[in-house]
Amino acid sequence: MLPRLRGGLRQKNGRYAQILMYKNIGEILILFWQTLRSLHLLWRQRQKVFDQLFEIGNASLFMVCILSLFIGGVIALQTGPILVERGISSVLGGMIGLSMCKEFAPVMMAILVAGRIGSAMSAEIGSMRVYQEIDALQTMNIDPVRYLVLPRMVAIALALPALVIFSIPVGWLGGALVCDFNRKIAVNFDLYFQNLRDVVEVGDVCNGLFKSFVFALAVGIISCHQGLITRGGPRGIGRSVTKAVVNSIVVILILDYFLTRFLLYIHR
Amino acid sequence: MTDAQIHPENAGVEVLDLHKSFGPNEVLKGVSFQVKPGELFVIMGPSGSGKSVLLKHVIGLLKPDSGQILIDGKSIQDPAVRGQYRMAMVFQSSALLTSLTVGENVGLYLTEHQLKPPAEIAAIVSANLQAVGLQGLEDRMPNELSGGMQKRVAIARALVVEPQLILFDEPTSELDPIMAVTIGQEIFQLNKRTHATVLVVSHDRDLAFSIADRIAILSEGRIIFIGSPAEVRRNHDPRIQEFVHAEISPLKSN
Ligand SMILES: Nc1ncnc2c1ncn2[C@@H]1O[C@H](COP(=O)(O)OP(=O)(O)OP(=O)(O)O)[C@@H](O)[C@H]1O
Ligand SMILES: [Mg+2]
Repeated sequence: MLPRLRGGLRQKNGRYAQILMYKNIGEILILFWQTLRSLHLLWRQRQKVFDQLFEIGNASLFMVCILSLFIGGVIALQTGPILVERGISSVLGGMIGLSMCKEFAPVMMAILVAGRIGSAMSAEIGSMRVYQEIDALQTMNIDPVRYLVLPRMVAIALALPALVIFSIPVGWLGGALVCDFNRKIAVNFDLYFQNLRDVVEVGDVCNGLFKSFVFALAVGIISCHQGLITRGGPRGIGRSVTKAVVNSIVVILILDYFLTRFLLYIHR
Repeated sequence: MTDAQIHPENAGVEVLDLHKSFGPNEVLKGVSFQVKPGELFVIMGPSGSGKSVLLKHVIGLLKPDSGQILIDGKSIQDPAVRGQYRMAMVFQSSALLTSLTVGENVGLYLTEHQLKPPAEIAAIVSANLQAVGLQGLEDRMPNELSGGMQKRVAIARALVVEPQLILFDEPTSELDPIMAVTIGQEIFQLNKRTHATVLVVSHDRDLAFSIADRIAILSEGRIIFIGSPAEVRRNHDPRIQEFVHAEISPLKSN
């Protein structure tokens, strides 16, 4: 009796979750469209954009540097000895240079921002929903999309690529430090950066910036939407934050694959 | 929004056979009433009878399951209608924006719609805070205030709109008796001065009987009586008498 009951429940929950997912995707696209349509009102909201930008920069810049240093370092550590074994350690600079700007910087920074900023956005908007602040805005004929979503979306879309611009050279430096000081690798600074300059083009950096821009829109809209649909009390806010972060990270990683294919396709 | 789009007349409200359930919980079971333009209408009723839910329908925050809310004959669900009237609501929980200062909260409507230059907004904000007895608190954050002070800030925020239709959800529930009288007078004078249509939800019998043009009694999801304060007093329906005359019986003397 009990196993059958539980199986039935699970099946029902599964279908319910699926419907909910489609509903959410639809709502997110609509919210994104509404945000685009309110873009012409951006100038009025500029102060809020600056506030958000300051908050993002303040919260993330130091973390970005530390994280990037270690990412660059660990790529060097993993690949260096293998390339040395095969006698092609001279390509290390270019390889780390490319991986950093096309893949690691945009993806890792997006994940960092999802955890650091996306969570804050969904918590803030979620608590405004739960405590009827959004209702109050609506009674004053103030559109929550314009007032809350728009400035956050613009700020995150500007800030994430900016963080990636910081992240890339710091990552390169991390790789260089490991290559130079690790006795097994022993590729010095000059050789490393010589190769990096030969291989990495401006287009590759732009590639990473474009990706991060798309990731920023995804994290922003998912977090704002999750905030807006928050129900219940403090526990509902907690649930929203978790969902916003997890969904953002999943979407970042899936989008990354398709964006990469798209960029490879147009670069051919 | 500009003033040019605003409808010149004050708004009359018509609620027609409003039904609303939350899951299995049927809250409003066919509520109908009419508020004339410029009227001061008070809705009374026991806790949990659906008064707050009713007000949220009137201002368009909740969608009815069935039935209609008409503002001068046009549905409140139509976004264009909401742009045509200046409306405001004072929430039971105040619903101040906790990330803004008291002054920013009170001036929010004017700043967001860019209706006045900043210096003028500051003057209006300070005048409205004065009206609710909170002068000079512009720079405080809402969470530094008591519940009753927050309620008064919310009232000031609603008054700034210079509304044609204003809804008060329990405006005096957290106030001491003296402040409750002040706020009651403020509501009464607002109605007399601007001829705004005022809808008040309250348990406060003194408030209701002293300011209302008409009183409606909501009980178990239905309006059971509508009439002038004198008619309410005269009515012999036990449900109404019980509510209107409920007293704490003198337990001590026994
Ligand atoms: N968002 C909601 N979801 C589910 N149920 C709700 C919701 N809002 C209100 N209710 C239910 O509707 C009923 C009426 O609530 P409402 O807040 O309107 O009562 P009220 O008359 O304002 O009471 P009080 O005088 O205590 O404020 C309650 O049973 C409440 O549980
Ligand atoms: Mg209530």
